[in-house]
Amino acid sequence: MKSNPIARLGDTGLYVLTDLGRMAFFLLHAFRGLFRRPFRVRELVRQVHFIGAGSLVVIFFTALSTGMVLGLQGYYSLNKFGAEGMLGSAVSLTLIMELGPVLTALMVAGRAGSAICAEIGIMRISEQIDALDCMAIDPFRYFITPKFLAMLIAMPLLTAVFDVVGIFGGYIAGVGLMDVSPGSYIQGMQSSVTNHDIRLGIIKSFVFALLVVWICSARGYFVGVIRGAGFGAESVSRVTTQAVVFSSISVLVFDYLLTAVLL
Amino acid sequence: MKKNTLEMGVGLFMIIGFAAFVYLALQLGEVSFLTRGKTYVLKAEFDNVAGVKKGAAVQVAGVDVGEVSVIELGPLDVAILSLQIANKVKVPKDSMASVKSQGIIGDKYIQLSLGGDEELFQPGEVIVETESSLDIESLISKFAFGSVEQ
Amino acid sequence: MTSAIAFKNVVKSFAKRDGGIQYVLDGVDFSIPAGKTTVIAGGSGTGKSVTLKLVLGLMQVDSGQIFIKGRDVTALRGRELEQLRAEFGVLFQGGALFDSLTVFENVALPLRERTKKSAEEIQDRVATTLAQFELTGHEEKYPAQLSGGMQKRVGLARAMQLQPSIMLFDEPTTGLDPVMSQEIYHLFARTKAEFGFTSIIVSHDIPKIFNLADQVILLHNGKMDVFGSPEEIQWSEKPYIQEFVQKTMGDIYQSHLVE
Repeated sequence: MKSNPIARLGDTGLYVLTDLGRMAFFLLHAFRGLFRRPFRVRELVRQVHFIGAGSLVVIFFTALSTGMVLGLQGYYSLNKFGAEGMLGSAVSLTLIMELGPVLTALMVAGRAGSAICAEIGIMRISEQIDALDCMAIDPFRYFITPKFLAMLIAMPLLTAVFDVVGIFGGYIAGVGLMDVSPGSYIQGMQSSVTNHDIRLGIIKSFVFALLVVWICSARGYFVGVIRGAGFGAESVSRVTTQAVVFSSISVLVFDYLLTAVLL
Repeated sequence: MKKNTLEMGVGLFMIIGFAAFVYLALQLGEVSFLTRGKTYVLKAEFDNVAGVKKGAAVQVAGVDVGEVSVIELGPLDVAILSLQIANKVKVPKDSMASVKSQGIIGDKYIQLSLGGDEELFQPGEVIVETESSLDIESLISKFAFGSVEQ
Repeated sequence: MTSAIAFKNVVKSFAKRDGGIQYVLDGVDFSIPAGKTTVIAGGSGTGKSVTLKLVLGLMQVDSGQIFIKGRDVTALRGRELEQLRAEFGVLFQGGALFDSLTVFENVALPLRERTKKSAEEIQDRVATTLAQFELTGHEEKYPAQLSGGMQKRVGLARAMQLQPSIMLFDEPTTGLDPVMSQEIYHLFARTKAEFGFTSIIVSHDIPKIFNLADQVILLHNGKMDVFGSPEEIQWSEKPYIQEFVQKTMGDIYQSHLVE
């Protein structure tokens, strides 16, 4: 390591720039993979199965408990103002605009994003990606672009499932356990949620899907050149951790930005 | 057989996902059963419509019968709301429109108290007998004494 | 003698951890004759694998040129590079088999992706190759279920599918026991006799590997010494080469004793 702190700062700055540049090129290649033939439909199906169907159970339970907590907590707070009739709209708005997209993205990053990163990282260090290059098979078309597409398909659907299950959880807690009337819960959520709110939720889930799959697959792809990752199997575990942390943070940051811009 | 399970899993996932989407769109979105042509517009003049938003519900006896489609400022500083109301709901001339809210901080909506007059409002006519936002007395009593009424 | 590959004053360096620069190749010139076998040897970390990656265009040179059949790899991009790579077959260190594909699918991959052959043709071709490499009966296994030697054989079978004119071998016997190494060498000699490709073998299995070599290149401190035959190395008077020979021969001598 350089001892001069200014040199070190400059060094880090240059590294960050290079890293960002690499990420941008990676994204570009992933999109170019869409137009390369033949497109691997089968791989896409496999990935949708892994990312989407494979995450249903964890999404279901996360959504159910989130919805129930929102129901109880919301009831407790709203009751103080005699506004428990608002519970339906409070729960559904919170889920559709914020918690649905964000928590789904975080769960998917932890479950599927980490697996994507590790898989690609292992393919990199065991020279499978080099082998593809040598056979003149574009690795992006072959297995990276299908992952991007699968994530973009699966995430909004998972988010929708999360929203519905969460609203149902809120119903169980608010109507079943507390004394909110079923009519006012449903009426509240129907009257307050607008198309705009649903659209915001969908846009968020697409953006989060892109962030998660982009960061996770690129971290794995560049495992050999990421600073501080080291080499071999250990480097894959390090970049996987890094990928999950980075994608989770960027999901949270972009959640704020999108809310601020689109609300 | 192995291939089939993969496809079935994906198929199931897609169905569940899209069903959730459709539910959100139909139940919560503004894809209402009130389509154009089955509604007519009445106007209503208010002194104050603070808190009423476009799309707010119009209710008769607590039942949704339409929504607020336009909010504008009329002559003499009154607010004019356009209420899009289902055709089957006839509004007699002596009816009253009032701004109500669901709970103390709830959404504002328009309540129509239908009168008994023979003569009905025709589309485009203006309801002048109205009650504006904020029923302060009852708000304060509710706030101060909680749910005494229950 | 025509050369299949020629390096002209090639420089390749890496940034070191301490901020310094390590020259892996420091102005290297050599050529690899067509149809012959060249062995690149040298201690670990001397840039043997880097040399292969430069040839394949997987890494970029700092300066200099690399000609393959008269075309400069360092100037090629995209499509042209892909076309040039079709000339190569590569056996990677660990075999680089695709974990998610079976043995059959791995070997069929280049045919499926790069040719317009029908499914039946591919089926036949792959079956023939697998038989050649004594892999019949293992078609449906995944790479993780194979021994190291078998993985290399599958890797070789895959690399040979498109009948490359140049074969690159990255440490073909690393991690294999002596019996298996011997098997790989036999396999190499046989396929070489059959297909007559130009080959480059990166290895530190010295001196056994020299039996296969028509030409030997020793890498040392970013420089290369080229020898027409393995015998020439022993006559060299450069001290580091004598030391290298001493060391590697010594190792072999010891391992003979152990055996």
